[in-house]
Amino acid sequence: MRVLALAGRRLASSLPTLLLILVGVFLLLQLAPGDTVDALLAQTGGGADARTAAELRAFYGLDLSVPAQLGNYLWRLVRLDLGFSAIYGKPVATVILERLPATLLLMTAALSFAFFVGLVLGVLAARRVNGWPDTLISTLGLVFYATPSFWFGLMAIVLFAVHLQWLPAGGFEDISAGHTGLARALDIARHLVLPTLTLGLIFLAIYLRIMRASMLEVLNLDFVRTARAKGLDETRVVVRHVLRNALLPMVTLIGLQAGTMLGGSVVVESVFSLPGLGRLAYESVVQRDLNTLLGIVFVSALLVILVNFLVDLVYARLDPRIGAGR
Amino acid sequence: MAGLVLLLVVVAMALSADLLYPRDPLALAGRPLQWPGANERFPLGTDNSGRDIAAQIFHGARVSLLIGVVATSIAIGIGVVIGALAGYHGGWVDDVLMRVTEAFQTLPNFLLLLVFVAVFGSDIITVTVAIGAVSWPAPARLTRAEFLSLRNREFVQACRTLGMGDARIIFREILPNALPPIIVYASVVMAVAILLESALAFLRLSDPNVASWGNLIGLGRDVLRAQWYVSAIPGVAILVTVLAVSLVGQGLNDALNPRLRGR
Repeated sequence: MRVLALAGRRLASSLPTLLLILVGVFLLLQLAPGDTVDALLAQTGGGADARTAAELRAFYGLDLSVPAQLGNYLWRLVRLDLGFSAIYGKPVATVILERLPATLLLMTAALSFAFFVGLVLGVLAARRVNGWPDTLISTLGLVFYATPSFWFGLMAIVLFAVHLQWLPAGGFEDISAGHTGLARALDIARHLVLPTLTLGLIFLAIYLRIMRASMLEVLNLDFVRTARAKGLDETRVVVRHVLRNALLPMVTLIGLQAGTMLGGSVVVESVFSLPGLGRLAYESVVQRDLNTLLGIVFVSALLVILVNFLVDLVYARLDPRIGAGR
Repeated sequence: MAGLVLLLVVVAMALSADLLYPRDPLALAGRPLQWPGANERFPLGTDNSGRDIAAQIFHGARVSLLIGVVATSIAIGIGVVIGALAGYHGGWVDDVLMRVTEAFQTLPNFLLLLVFVAVFGSDIITVTVAIGAVSWPAPARLTRAEFLSLRNREFVQACRTLGMGDARIIFREILPNALPPIIVYASVVMAVAILLESALAFLRLSDPNVASWGNLIGLGRDVLRAQWYVSAIPGVAILVTVLAVSLVGQGLNDALNPRLRGR
């Protein structure tokens, strides 16, 4: 309960941050050349006279002063109305909700992959510090970190989709096959293997490096010596005593990296043409759909704050001292 | 050591680009899509528009390093000033500045970069400044932490007793002591800056009139199935450059923090 209150307080304190982001990005977008009406008219082939444009501006509330527009926007936001996307011809909230599942699925998969493989590799490297497994794993980590994810994705497509033909080159599912139920889930999973590896790779590199450093630090602490002195074998010491403490920085990292991962999904979703939030962000920049872009900014910030809230909860579970501290 | 050698190779490529390939790297050079080695005039082949890939790689080194260095300087500059002010003054200054930093960190930086490009366009200067402008929060936090631990040391108190102004204490007295970890972190910022630009260029949202590695990868995507080398070669160049920068950063870290050596 106490933990929940603590995390809740953190959540409440992120509200001003959210407001700051929205106001900042809203004002920034006011500087953009052209507005929704321009984009709309350009899409319908132009040719509209000035009066139609003015009427449309009045309809979308774009003829008001900037502070009034901002006020309107925030007030609509309180009622969870993200405005209307002129390009997609639907409310922004609907457009985003359609795209959200693919991104959430991709992010969860990539995060789990990076977290667990990074954990195992980090532990292996720390167990044999400066031996050949450590050198190999650390070098791999450096190379993965330096690999541009979109390039890795392209090369994976060349190898696994074009030459070996093991996996599909892109898309979220094979709609023409008309799978349902479990078959459909498996089909989606097959489509997500390469994107997951691609998005997870950079994070895998970071996680394994942090895990290794954190293991080395904890392995030198007094309670580990005590555990060894009790006669516990090395595996038990690592699994029962070291791991739990060494996990703390890893969990922190999930919160810190949540935003980076969302940013990375923009690129990865474009490479594999996945219908996700990231691709939507890219499309709305290209098509100048600023209302949708602002909506995505809002939802992304919300997601990052939510992930951090969950991280706080996990954190307190891993280390009871945090919950009892206050 | 290996990092330094790699970095020097990339720098040498950037410096010699004009000597070895004096022509415009984006100009038509020969028949399109010749495989590497197929024509001795083009050791790395030609891309789908018939441009020399080797020339683009050499000139691209210039673009990547320039963007990396300039964007990193901007990010470190903003970060150090904000972090120093927040850490040194504390109180409401700290509250306000950290609130802003947190806002920047909550927003995915690539998304913010997209917003900047949507608003200000995508010529090379705008892109570089935008990358710098989304990369400063982490250096700011690092600087703040350093300043928090340094601001009540005896030498700072001595400076105050001598009647030095805040600006002089911050930049002349405390900053040199806080700098080593910031310099090490600059290598991380630079690696990320190069990756950010290449990702942006790959999405065709960066300056198309510059021979950037990311642009070439994006172009090669159209012929990925058969002529995958067009995308593969510039990717290796990015990988090597980012690896070199990271390794140099690691070397700097070892040199500046001797206690951690051998870990």
